[in-house]
Amino acid sequence: MHGKALPYLLLMPATLFLCIFFLYPFALVAFEAVTRDGAFTLDNFRTMAGSWKFPVTVRNTLLLAAIVVPIQLVMALLMASVVSRLETGRSAALYVFAIPLGISDLAAGLIWLAIFDQSGFLNTLLSSLGIVERPVMFLGYQSKLTIFIAVALAEIWRATAIMMVILVAGMGLIPKEYYEAAEVFGASPWQRFVRVTLPLLRPSLQTAIILRVILAFEVFAVVAALGGTNLPVLMGETYNWQFTLQDRNVAAASALLILAISIGFTLFFLRVLRVPKEARI
Amino acid sequence: MSAVTDARVTTPADARKAGNWLLTATAIVLSVWVLLPIYLLIVNALSSPGEVTAFPKRFLPSFDLGSLSFFINFAGVARALWNSVLVATLTMILAIGFGAPAGYALSRFDFPGKGTFRFLVLMTRAFPLPLLALPLAVMFIRTGLDDTAIGLALVHTTLALPFAVLITFSLFSGIPVELEEAAWTLGCTRWQAFRKVILPLALPGIAASAVFAFTISWNEVFAAAVLTIENRTLTAFLLQSLGESPLYLKFAGGAALVVPALIFIFAVRKYLFAMWGIANR
Repeated sequence: MHGKALPYLLLMPATLFLCIFFLYPFALVAFEAVTRDGAFTLDNFRTMAGSWKFPVTVRNTLLLAAIVVPIQLVMALLMASVVSRLETGRSAALYVFAIPLGISDLAAGLIWLAIFDQSGFLNTLLSSLGIVERPVMFLGYQSKLTIFIAVALAEIWRATAIMMVILVAGMGLIPKEYYEAAEVFGASPWQRFVRVTLPLLRPSLQTAIILRVILAFEVFAVVAALGGTNLPVLMGETYNWQFTLQDRNVAAASALLILAISIGFTLFFLRVLRVPKEARI
Repeated sequence: MSAVTDARVTTPADARKAGNWLLTATAIVLSVWVLLPIYLLIVNALSSPGEVTAFPKRFLPSFDLGSLSFFINFAGVARALWNSVLVATLTMILAIGFGAPAGYALSRFDFPGKGTFRFLVLMTRAFPLPLLALPLAVMFIRTGLDDTAIGLALVHTTLALPFAVLITFSLFSGIPVELEEAAWTLGCTRWQAFRKVILPLALPGIAASAVFAFTISWNEVFAAAVLTIENRTLTAFLLQSLGESPLYLKFAGGAALVVPALIFIFAVRKYLFAMWGIANR
């Protein structure tokens, strides 16, 4: 086989595939967002932003990300620290913590519906403890706060595993000698965590945060399962524009907005958590 | 952080013991947080329809198959299950078929354009990919791919392909190139060396990433709901019947989504780091 051509031949299928099914639809969605009946216009964005639901949709999505992601970061660090320190049962703990990784967001929504539903397990627990007299309607249209809390819990439950696995892998790369040196100089476990683990974990933290933030703006099925239309989020509204309101161009504008927010945050975290070349392990 | 031992504890042995105890306790609490919600869903799925809607709830399943048999016999469910399996299998084949050669090329050759390709693959991670289903819906109608398993599988492959490329890249990188060179000196062609030496070594990892691609497709909701009408997958079916379906149908459906996912994650547990940890660097 001719050495020069072989790598390109091997890369060709994947490259062609990504051009057709990633770059091309991306261009298409951008084009559809700024045109209507073939003419350039910003009307799609105006229609989207003019909808009465729009401000509350944006607020819900951003607020959800702002609350969920920091909690997940702390929990993922906790899980990763536990996994990397456990001597017995390490792989069992890792498997259990990683389980939500394989669970669909729709299934996660349904799991938490079993808890928060009016005839669900939370009401059963509360009434058997005598805290409530009759089952509370947590997910009704009048209880936006409890819907929000339920969605946030379901998201925290479902997507912490992604960050955890990235951080466990990152912690595995930190040389043991650093910890030994810190211990020799009398650093407490907490100091070792703050002064050694966190700084050296920065590349993994960056990846974990970026990936998780992007996923947070994509929140859709969890909300659909728990809140229906009572808690509008960006992805759900995009779906609505496409199907309920049958307006492809506004749906494309909405999709472009989600893309823009995601890219904006990716660039932000790339910059804020930048790791200088010489500081990498 | 929980794994921090108390600074006031004097002897190192005591400190270690207290630390270990705290570590185990934290691991158990976190495991319960992950497992309890799944258990509650399973309890619902294994109860009769009457028990699911009754209040208060029992925290133990009655092992009544009423809900599950109602779910299986519900119009459209069997077909949706079949569609989910079909789409996920196609996604798995496409993702590995396109991804593994690219991963091999990246691990074995240095060539101009390598950086660009890696960038293209990594870039897909910064985008909410399911959104690309919106413009593709139109393209699929034109090409006759709308509402087909292969059409949806193509979109799911954009989600799974980057993983397949990066995982197989790290797999092949872990196999010494000297093994291949030894086979060449013994008279093997490049293809024979790959098939007889490299492939057997890489096969478990490739199988794991295939399972992973399957899981990604099995769990995906948004693109599935956008692109299928008659041939809905299980996730699309459940999403679109959320409004009208009774609780016991939702919970049985949720369990049908979760149980295979548990098995998938168990099957690939050894490779979780390679999947997420390394693939994200």
